[in-house]
Amino acid sequence: MPPLTTPKSGDALFASVERVNAELFTLTYGAIVRQLLTDLEEVEEVNKQLDQMGYNIGTRLVDEFLAKSNVSNCADFKETADTIAKTLSYVCPVIAFFTATVAMHHSGTFHALSSANSLGFKMFLGVTATVTNWDAEGTTCSFVLEDNPLVDFVELPDTCQGLQYCNVLSGVIRGALEMVSMKTEVTWVRDMLRGDDAYEMRVKLTKQVPEEYPYKDDD
Amino acid sequence: MQFFGGSSLTSVAPDSSPAPAAPPGTGTGSNAQVIYVFNRNGVCLLYREWHRPLRTLARNQDQKLMFGLLFSLRSFTAKIDPTSTEHANLGAPLLPGQGCSFHSFKTNTYKLNYMESPSGIKLILLTHPRTGDQRDALKHIYSLYVEYVVKNPLYAPGSPIKCDLFNKHLDQYVKTLI
Repeated sequence: MPPLTTPKSGDALFASVERVNAELFTLTYGAIVRQLLTDLEEVEEVNKQLDQMGYNIGTRLVDEFLAKSNVSNCADFKETADTIAKTLSYVCPVIAFFTATVAMHHSGTFHALSSANSLGFKMFLGVTATVTNWDAEGTTCSFVLEDNPLVDFVELPDTCQGLQYCNVLSGVIRGALEMVSMKTEVTWVRDMLRGDDAYEMRVKLTKQVPEEYPYKDDD
Repeated sequence: MQFFGGSSLTSVAPDSSPAPAAPPGTGTGSNAQVIYVFNRNGVCLLYREWHRPLRTLARNQDQKLMFGLLFSLRSFTAKIDPTSTEHANLGAPLLPGQGCSFHSFKTNTYKLNYMESPSGIKLILLTHPRTGDQRDALKHIYSLYVEYVVKNPLYAPGSPIKCDLFNKHLDQYVKTLI
């Protein structure tokens, strides 16, 4: 039997979520990065932490994404990549919610944020991504963002040249894909903060993990 | 069949003859009898019952058997799919969303409705056999799970659900099922 409802387009999803000012999210994210720089001092550590936060967000985010988008089949990586790109405009607003949530766990200074979120605010960022540069095996592709609202108002100072400012996004993609059984490696290859003309995330599928029967015979 | 041996049946209360629940729209109201929610690792995140007079097994045995049943049934339904061109063996590991799946099965006394999300969340709803297609209902329950469990920052993913708000909305919603 065909599915009851077909997957929604990114635009339809975008229309179905509540939105608030993108600047609020951008500045919130900035505050998190700022706090991490203060707490951890090492730029490398900040990159790691942002990625980990994104991962935690992604592992939760995927369920909301699936519930609202009616995507039912994710066995094919190519199809999944297209779906992600089409719906990235939807994913971003929800990131905001979870960013604040994770931030609350990380540091007590974000209590005000989390209580704002508990009022049900979801934030919106309009992003369109294109999927390009597939390799021959169909296991590696690039997400290209022409425009990235995370970096509005941002300039990288000389002291933070190694900072992957948007590492939270790559963490989200990695975490979300892992929940649909795809282990991936995500790296940034182009970054407008370093003078490139766009943002490019390289996503490499390393392994697809089939579902195993979780119990042993004797327990 | 050790789990269904005589010893466990003797402990059943005398008033627990397996009578079907009230048909849709009459008597006690709700058609939903039991719900199970499992995650991808076979952890029972939620077990909730509204109408289940007969219980023969310890709760964790019951849940484990249910998960095993679904797991086997899913690989079986995928294997006997006449439209499939894949040559995997019966019981070969499946990726989520790979192959076909089943939506429900029915006996003379109950109906089991099943939904699996690509992230491996499995929802099982037992209802009266005469209830209609519950796929939209299961989707709605999944969205309740997202709204009140996943988005709750104090809920640790993979642990049993102890969210009153979720239970409240779930109870309210299943009352409306026909």
